[in-house]
Amino acid sequence: MAPSIEVRNVSKRFRLYQERYHSLKERMIHFGRVPYEDFWAVREVDFEVEQGATVGLLGHNGSGKSTLLKCVAGILQPTEGEIVTRGRVAALLELGAGFHPELTGRENIYLNGSILGLSKREVEKVFDEIVAFSELEKFIDLQVRHYSSGMYVRLGFAVAVNVDPDILLVDEVLAVGDEAFQRKCLERVARFQREGRTILFVTHAADLVRRICDRALVLDRGRLVTDASPGEAVRTFRESLHQGGTGLGAPDAAGEAEGGPEGDASHGARMAARATGRVRITDVTIEHPGSAAGRAWLLPHEPLTVRVRYHASEPTDDVMFGIAVHGEDGDHLFGTNTRLEGVDVPAVAGDGEVVFEIDDVPLLDGTYLVTLAIQTNDEGTVYDWREQQWRFEVMNPGRGTGRISLPVRIRFGQPAQPTDA
Amino acid sequence: MPGREPPDTQVVRARLGLGARAARLLGYRELLVGMVRKELKVRYKNSVLGFAWSLLNPLLYLVVFYVAFDLILGSAIEHFEIFLLSGLLVWNLFSTGLGAATGSIVANAGIVNKVSFPREILPLASIGAALVHFALQALVLGAVLLVLRWDVAWEYVPLLPVALVALLVLTAALGVLLSAVNVYLRDTQHFLELGLLAWFWMTPVVYGFMTIGGREGAGKALFMANPVTPVVLVFQRAIYARLDTGGGSSAPRALSGEGVTAILPPWTWGEYALYLGLTFAVGLVLLAVGIAVFGRLEANFAEEL
Repeated sequence: MAPSIEVRNVSKRFRLYQERYHSLKERMIHFGRVPYEDFWAVREVDFEVEQGATVGLLGHNGSGKSTLLKCVAGILQPTEGEIVTRGRVAALLELGAGFHPELTGRENIYLNGSILGLSKREVEKVFDEIVAFSELEKFIDLQVRHYSSGMYVRLGFAVAVNVDPDILLVDEVLAVGDEAFQRKCLERVARFQREGRTILFVTHAADLVRRICDRALVLDRGRLVTDASPGEAVRTFRESLHQGGTGLGAPDAAGEAEGGPEGDASHGARMAARATGRVRITDVTIEHPGSAAGRAWLLPHEPLTVRVRYHASEPTDDVMFGIAVHGEDGDHLFGTNTRLEGVDVPAVAGDGEVVFEIDDVPLLDGTYLVTLAIQTNDEGTVYDWREQQWRFEVMNPGRGTGRISLPVRIRFGQPAQPTDA
Repeated sequence: MPGREPPDTQVVRARLGLGARAARLLGYRELLVGMVRKELKVRYKNSVLGFAWSLLNPLLYLVVFYVAFDLILGSAIEHFEIFLLSGLLVWNLFSTGLGAATGSIVANAGIVNKVSFPREILPLASIGAALVHFALQALVLGAVLLVLRWDVAWEYVPLLPVALVALLVLTAALGVLLSAVNVYLRDTQHFLELGLLAWFWMTPVVYGFMTIGGREGAGKALFMANPVTPVVLVFQRAIYARLDTGGGSSAPRALSGEGVTAILPPWTWGEYALYLGLTFAVGLVLLAVGIAVFGRLEANFAEEL
């Protein structure tokens, strides 16, 4: 069967003018020398979505994902290439679905239905369902310019999912609206999946992609960098957020760890400033079972080894080695040191090595940052402190969401009966 | 999915041929009707008089022109009100239709940015709304004629629908073209107002065709090049039905007669039809140009709005 959506080598160029001239006078004055820059929002993107598939389109802000979706919806025309869609397309782009502010909700439903290709009678048939889904019974005869943005989105989504589309295009809207409505939307999306409709949706909610998508695409600066399973795509998406990092064991550029909680980062900076350098960290490697094979990420519950080489410029006997793991946002997830672990540290002199072996990393996907420190046991003197300078990544092939992986078994049985006296 | 129609395939690419555009447009007939309804609703939303405006507006024009030309300047045209109404009817359709069509894409930016459909629908819907107003005004004119027991030239009445279609084609052609240009050059709307004002005075609505058309020279050539004129003439010929100020008969008379001033050209039925045909041809050519230009400019609508 022919794919529902074929995107063939599509590029979209925007002209970025420093000034926009809309009046004739301005055009005459600036004729022929209006400065502009070409900006390729989407570059040579090529993919297909087979019928009945749910595909997520991941990318950070400015990656071109919304532009691409607008092209698929037929609102923007690609500069190069072409897009074929087979079936009725309903699109929900950003806020609202193209309502006329002066018209009432009722009139807009009819208008929107006819834009999506329905006859008046067909709209009449689903009208009540649309109103019920949007929960706007009381406001349906009010002009939509009086609607709140939440009401706007609800009505838009209600129309889009009730016009019997073969292809549903969704841009971020699932993030709007209250939780109850979001749940309702997701239920409807699940129903669409069961009914074999095609869904293409844009998001940066990685968890959502993992939960509902069969496949995911990652756009980075207009180019399609990944077309893979959700787990793999989420991993490359995370990686593309960290431009410049190779993903594993590479020291961060100074200051990149900023943006975490104020306390942690400034604490780290203060500690680093106090470092005397008497015992210095000279080299760090992070190893895991896949690193020998060139795999850049861990799977949940794999072991991790952090090998720290140091140099003591003079013999020192009071030494404590510490390690901490942080989330991408700077959250302190775990920390320990030789004193807390009750490990005796031999006196150090010259070059040496300390190895932290973690048997089981129960983390789900994400990028994790490693802090290493060398201090005296009373923490009064800091020899060296490297705040969040190394990183490792975890890729979650499963469908569980969140941050940590709790091994779970699910059984079925009879509830314990209350015993009658 | 059993029972579903074969999916409708849509191709989005940079350039779509004229034929493909026309076919796509045809598939959206129902939307056009819906959009016309929307236009009418939006225009009179929050206005007390509502639809009455569509009659009141031309009525006031009529009063102003009647007072100015008949009572003050003393027009030589008998039953000036009928003459004026038959021409004004045509002109109003053209000018309101074209004016609304030109601003239509910009006015509907909210929809253009969010939903995909042939954008030509928007200018066409504006013209459709003007056509509804035209129908109402025509009804009023019909009622006036009945009350006055006015004698129309029945042999020219079959030309009226043809003239109407020719005018619609011409209006649609210019409307589609200018609506796209207006997205990039917002002055278009204001220029159009001025242009239409000049155009109005170049069209024999408040004065008889023969006032200028009876003379020779460059002025006449320019006058004859106006594609709206044949449409106006056909309406005047059929409804007003008098060729000159000489009397109540609709039969052509000698133009040199004593005290007789020519108002309408003494053409045969065939000549009226021929000029109308020219307007039709000009309209069709312009329509093809308009849709082609629209197609080229359309690609960036969503970005420009």
